[in-house]
Amino acid sequence: MASYLHPETMTDALGAIGAGTRILAGGTDLYPATQNATLAGDVMDLMALPNLRGIMQTDQGLRIGACTTWTEIARAALPPALTALQQAALQVGGVQIQNAGTIGGNLCNASPAADGVPPLLAVDAVVELVSATGVRVLSLQDFLLGPRKTARLPDEIMTAIVIPNTALEGHSTFIKLGARAYLVISIAMVAARITARDGKITGAALAVGACSATALRIRRVEGALVGQSLENAAATINAADVAAALSPMDDLRATAAYRTHAAAELLRRAVTETCKALA
Amino acid sequence: MKITLTLNGQPASFDAPPSLRLSDLLREKAGLVGTKVGCDAGDCGACTVLVDGAAVCACLTPAARAQGRRVDTIEAQTDTLARLRDAFHRHGAAQCGICTPGMLMTASALLAENPAPTPDQAKAALGGVLCRCTGYTKIIAAVCDTNPAPITLMPSAGKAVGAATPRLDGAAKVAGDIFGADLWQKGGLIVRAIRSPHPSARFILGDTAAWAGPNSAQVFTAADIPGINRFGAIPPFADQPALAASHVRLRGEAVALVAHEDGSPAPDLSDFPITWQVLPPLLSPTDASAENAPQIHDTRPNNTLIKGVVRRGDAAAALANSAHIASATIDTAFVEHAYIEPEAGAAWMDGDVLVIRACTQAPVMDRDETAGVLGLPHDRLRIIPSAVGGGFGSKLDVSLQPLIGLVTLKTGRPCRMTFTRAESMASTTKRHPAQMTGRIGCDADGRITALQFDGVFDTGAYASWGPTVANRVPVHASGPYFTPNYSATAHAVHTNNPIAGAFRGFGVPQAAIWQETIYDKLADQVGMDRLEFRLLNAIRNGKTTVTGQELQAAGISECLTALRPHWQRALLAAQQTPGRGVGIASCWYGCGNTGLPNPSTIRLGITPQGALMLHQGATDIGQGSNTVITQIAADALGLPLAQFQLIGPDTFLTPDGGKTSASRQTYVTGRAAHAAGAALRANILRRLNMGDGATLSMHDSTITATEGTQTATLALIALPPNTQGYALMAEETYDPPTTGLDTNGQGTPYAVYGFGAQMVELDVDTKLGTVKLLKITAAHDVGRTINPLLATGQIEGGIAQGIGLALMEEYLPGRTENLHDYLIPTTGDMPDIESLLIEVPDPHGPFGAKGLGEHVLIPTAPAILNAIRHATGAEVTRLPALPHRVLAAMQKANP
Repeated sequence: MASYLHPETMTDALGAIGAGTRILAGGTDLYPATQNATLAGDVMDLMALPNLRGIMQTDQGLRIGACTTWTEIARAALPPALTALQQAALQVGGVQIQNAGTIGGNLCNASPAADGVPPLLAVDAVVELVSATGVRVLSLQDFLLGPRKTARLPDEIMTAIVIPNTALEGHSTFIKLGARAYLVISIAMVAARITARDGKITGAALAVGACSATALRIRRVEGALVGQSLENAAATINAADVAAALSPMDDLRATAAYRTHAAAELLRRAVTETCKALA
Repeated sequence: MKITLTLNGQPASFDAPPSLRLSDLLREKAGLVGTKVGCDAGDCGACTVLVDGAAVCACLTPAARAQGRRVDTIEAQTDTLARLRDAFHRHGAAQCGICTPGMLMTASALLAENPAPTPDQAKAALGGVLCRCTGYTKIIAAVCDTNPAPITLMPSAGKAVGAATPRLDGAAKVAGDIFGADLWQKGGLIVRAIRSPHPSARFILGDTAAWAGPNSAQVFTAADIPGINRFGAIPPFADQPALAASHVRLRGEAVALVAHEDGSPAPDLSDFPITWQVLPPLLSPTDASAENAPQIHDTRPNNTLIKGVVRRGDAAAALANSAHIASATIDTAFVEHAYIEPEAGAAWMDGDVLVIRACTQAPVMDRDETAGVLGLPHDRLRIIPSAVGGGFGSKLDVSLQPLIGLVTLKTGRPCRMTFTRAESMASTTKRHPAQMTGRIGCDADGRITALQFDGVFDTGAYASWGPTVANRVPVHASGPYFTPNYSATAHAVHTNNPIAGAFRGFGVPQAAIWQETIYDKLADQVGMDRLEFRLLNAIRNGKTTVTGQELQAAGISECLTALRPHWQRALLAAQQTPGRGVGIASCWYGCGNTGLPNPSTIRLGITPQGALMLHQGATDIGQGSNTVITQIAADALGLPLAQFQLIGPDTFLTPDGGKTSASRQTYVTGRAAHAAGAALRANILRRLNMGDGATLSMHDSTITATEGTQTATLALIALPPNTQGYALMAEETYDPPTTGLDTNGQGTPYAVYGFGAQMVELDVDTKLGTVKLLKITAAHDVGRTINPLLATGQIEGGIAQGIGLALMEEYLPGRTENLHDYLIPTTGDMPDIESLLIEVPDPHGPFGAKGLGEHVLIPTAPAILNAIRHATGAEVTRLPALPHRVLAAMQKANP
């Protein structure tokens, strides 16, 4: 028999969560997965829990509650390192989806084309998972295991995404490529975050989504950018290095070869944009 | 759970499961059916409501989340909504009206934060709501123009034709109209279909009675069908079972119906007792045409449904002697109609009459086909079309009518059925994929000498409108150009793919892509400007078409000439802008059935009390026939538009207005309306002994005719009402004067043709292969503009569908059965559109009018492809032109 839990305290939530509990946040993935009028199984609605919504600065870094909506993220006053995340927030579905969908839901749903992932990878985000036995902190890269697969255990609730203070430096850019303007699943997308001093790049974080089982960082290209001048950096991005990191698929949206090609081009553009902001 | 909320400003409380979709709570528990459900997946935005002022998809919102909140729906009466409704009505921003509630609610959230948005802000805010009719242009204009406007009066007597009158049925559209899913009799049954997950299979039903009992359900199968279990849009080709008996020919074919009590939980269909024996499917015309391919229909060898041919002169010889020859091979995809209203309807008994109220484009065809399946005489089956949330051809075919009819007929109880989005996409018709090859030649001066065309059209599992496509394409593949030597063949081949049927243009848009892209290559070979090349060859009055018909009102040269200044401006701009491309393409399209009768009848009646009733059987699927037909009738009769009251469509109340198809309603039903208006006028004037120059007016139950100093009055109350209750009545029929085509496709297939040409300006991102449309200038010869607001609305909406066909739409069975994998254009995909209405009156048309509905889609895709080639050299030969295909074509053109 289906149940619907709407806990108001974390203790209640963790006491009630079970192996088969389906966690409901924004609902923008659970409802589309059924054609029924109601959700099947035991559903736990997280939206009444305190402290899961909103963005705050802590000693560990910037903490984004897992149930923070995309609209809230887009409208928050955030440092330029998170411009990419805010740009992504405005490209998750339409306004309706942005008002309901949450950042934690986006990560837990683990689509290879999740818009939130590349900008968060570019800021070394970690996720906080809470269970009755304690708190686990994982890097986002380690959390994402594959399409629709994460490291979340059945009795865990994702409570927050934390961006370490060290990663809040620099500027960032997100670019999404799809076959239409709005409401589109990416063919490829990239996020770039760059720090610079005296016109030279001191650090780069580049992430590519929809071109592999999970979005990932392109470390080799990042390394090659360090020391480059802001003006010339984008031109130095080596397409072969980008391609080596990716394992895209052929699907109805594009060919694998096109994705590889597009990822490099999008990275060049994202780096160009970011360097412009830094100059 | 008890859910207490503030609903449209009033306290409300409902008992509902906490995870019930808020859309279901609103529609089923609160009875607020203005909130429309298009996808149940957050892909279309039709169900948008405001929760504490924020726009959300009600289909993704748990009912429990409404607890203690303020929820506003389209039924709310707020100042912002009132201003938006007025603006939408005034601008013609609602066509079919199914997306309108979602648009209005989303826009009201925008205006709450930003009372004076720019067009770009409005586009961004409305990007999450899909519209398939309007091309968004008028919607964006309305959202940016919500200040109260002065009230405009309805046109006076004799001034209706040509007036930009807002839709006569527009108030309902902006209030949340009553579509197929929105009206039903309480206490009945809900019907769902069991459908095949396989494209080809045999099946055996298990013990359905044993399954039905514990599920409190009833099951209906082919064995329950009392009539002939076979229907089809074209009776000689009827081949489709309402419920398959033992064998399915496509994924999504219905094999059984399950009915449960309205208001009780829906049974889980996953354990329905059925055993499938999967057969290897034929998934392409190539496979289906192979020598050893199994035959999908016993009577159709080689899986050929039909072959259409038009031949004139000697194309092969003329090509051999041509100075220039160009060729092309073009492949197009299945294209889904993607109306935002999935098929829906209700049935009930009224005495011994079965009433079916459902979305449709063709009520009389529904009656005939459904009566055949159910074994009913026509006077025991009444079809009442609901408001139709988009059709574009697919709702010409019956879908759920025989199914809900069967359940009500068998049980005697009311029932209703709404297709899921996936069900709608899998089981209903598509645009035919085409594989087209051939050559076109011209002489050294650029005059077309000959054309050879061969097209293979994947017609899918059943005939539907495949014969129409196969016949229409060869007639039109020349484009609107004089082509003295011609040979065109179109084959419709059965496969186990989705049924390909009618979709705005009946195959002509595909053929135009082939022909118009070749024309650009020929113009280049000759060294001529591409517009001037088309103008040189434009078919003119007195010239014969490829079927040997002499044209009387050819307007293509006028359309091309109207584009010339825009063309020259755009070419100049393109020279200075890397990546910029400019493309042009033309269209022509015969209005009505191809060489077959297709009459329409219109009845006008005036009651003794002076009520003027128009019995209008043409279904208005958003295109505007309710308004246009009335405008024509008004001026033919000579009474003001505002005095007309509309009745119908309803097969018990309206004479047959024919199907809303083939761009025929303005012309064919319009001519019937003109004739009925004129007959009623003549009747009145005869009774008053007044001449045709008299001016009529009607007040209460008195008609007054005035001419100069002469006045006469007719007391309606004194006239004996006829059996229909009318003091005065006229009923007239019009059927276009056409002839059938001979074995070479020669004859007069249409009485009226419409013409058009469109010009596209775009930028290609040469590194990514993406295309940004900047502007489309569209010149369409409408003969005579009956209503410019509606005509430009058709142009903008047709262009949007042409953009989809060109750049993003590709239906893949089992993979794109939703509106996030199947992409249609959003607000952000539309360029600026400038419409140029050209008037070359047709002697057959009412007040000279020609059809427009399908013409407007035809030139868009080839003009886009020609602009891409102009910008980059890329020849995209497989549609849609997705970025990876554009980039590959660029690399091929510039290795």
